[in-house]
Amino acid sequence: MSEKSKEFWRWREYRHTMPNMDWHDAKMVTAGVDIGSVGSKAAVMLDGELYTYAAMRTGGVSEETAVKAMNWAIEETGLKTEDIHYVVGTGYGRVNVPFAKRTITEIACHARGAHYIYGPTVRTVLDIGGQDCKAIRCDEKGKVMSFLMNDKCAAGTGRGLEVFADLIRTPIEELGKTSLSVQDEPQPVSNTCVIFAKAESVALLRQGWPKEKVSAAYHLAMVNRIIDLLTKVGIEKDFVVTGGVAKNTGIVSRLERNLKLKPLEPKLDPILAGAIGSALFAKALYEKEIGLR
Amino acid sequence: MKAYYGYKDGSGDYFIIIDTDKCNGCRKCVDACPHRVFELIKDEFDIEGGLMAAVTEEHRKKIKYSCGPCKPMSGERKLQCVLACEAKAITHSW
Ligand code: SF4
Ligand code: SF4
Repeated sequence: MSEKSKEFWRWREYRHTMPNMDWHDAKMVTAGVDIGSVGSKAAVMLDGELYTYAAMRTGGVSEETAVKAMNWAIEETGLKTEDIHYVVGTGYGRVNVPFAKRTITEIACHARGAHYIYGPTVRTVLDIGGQDCKAIRCDEKGKVMSFLMNDKCAAGTGRGLEVFADLIRTPIEELGKTSLSVQDEPQPVSNTCVIFAKAESVALLRQGWPKEKVSAAYHLAMVNRIIDLLTKVGIEKDFVVTGGVAKNTGIVSRLERNLKLKPLEPKLDPILAGAIGSALFAKALYEKEIGLR
Repeated sequence: MKAYYGYKDGSGDYFIIIDTDKCNGCRKCVDACPHRVFELIKDEFDIEGGLMAAVTEEHRKKIKYSCGPCKPMSGERKLQCVLACEAKAITHSW
């Protein structure tokens, strides 16, 4: 691919199956499909343990993406969709998961998924999705105690970062790192709307600011916004970040510095939290269906 | 669960907070609000289901203005939604 046409915003799609697990041994095979505005994730669990998963970009038609993500997750496992006892859909496009029996909000799924990924000490979950940003407080069981969602503007979201990655021609996966290479933090870009933040960044680049410095200014603006949200619901440790932006070190390390609170390290890719949470809800719903609860 | 609907901007905090543990889905807030700020939605937060009140997506982004007429700068504030809710599930941050 030539440098010119390279898509800097495009992150890596992937799938994985846990070795040493066999679905034939499982009593309950449940799945969660998380259709986000930017990424779609599918996870299959065996008796509540993560077995296989896939993460890909959401296509134009959510129904097709849901089927694709699911099929990709179970590819080569020998598992067929009919073998899965219960599927729950979540995320922005949750009503468009054709084989899901129920839908649960991504807020509840992220809290439950974070509980699985990080353990029962998690109390505050920050989920930065493609088009919104959510601050969630949960209890030791992963149940939501309070939440706040900011969908007023896309600047503090995954989509905003994609637009920015393209602008400074830096691959999305390296964006956070470049923003950390500056000596001193510049003033944050002042605008919080994705269109204005982009225009302001363009202006700074024209003034001759190196792209690392502009990147730092952009990340800092986003972090300030996120901290505003978090302080509203109240931050209690342990604190974790889920969703695609959890991998952006420019965001996470600034949050840590400005909040003076270190987010827990994930054992699994935090982009999967929603899909894992919905697969766990699917297990609970299946247990209810067969009279186990 | 406390659900915060609204936003924060340069001028302040504008959130309507619904305590879903108190909300019984009686619909009185939906009918009481002159600006149709509330709606009843399916409780998709847990496996039990049921109905609960929420602020509509349309109003979440402009709640400061939607509730403006109920909150005059001077004189008595009469928040119809809060008055209507017997369960005391609704609070405003401003
Ligand atoms: S009036 Fe109160 S209890 Fe009734 S639906 Fe509205 S918030 Fe819930
Ligand atoms: S304050 Fe007035 S406009 Fe705002 S939600 Fe309550 S009744 Fe509706």
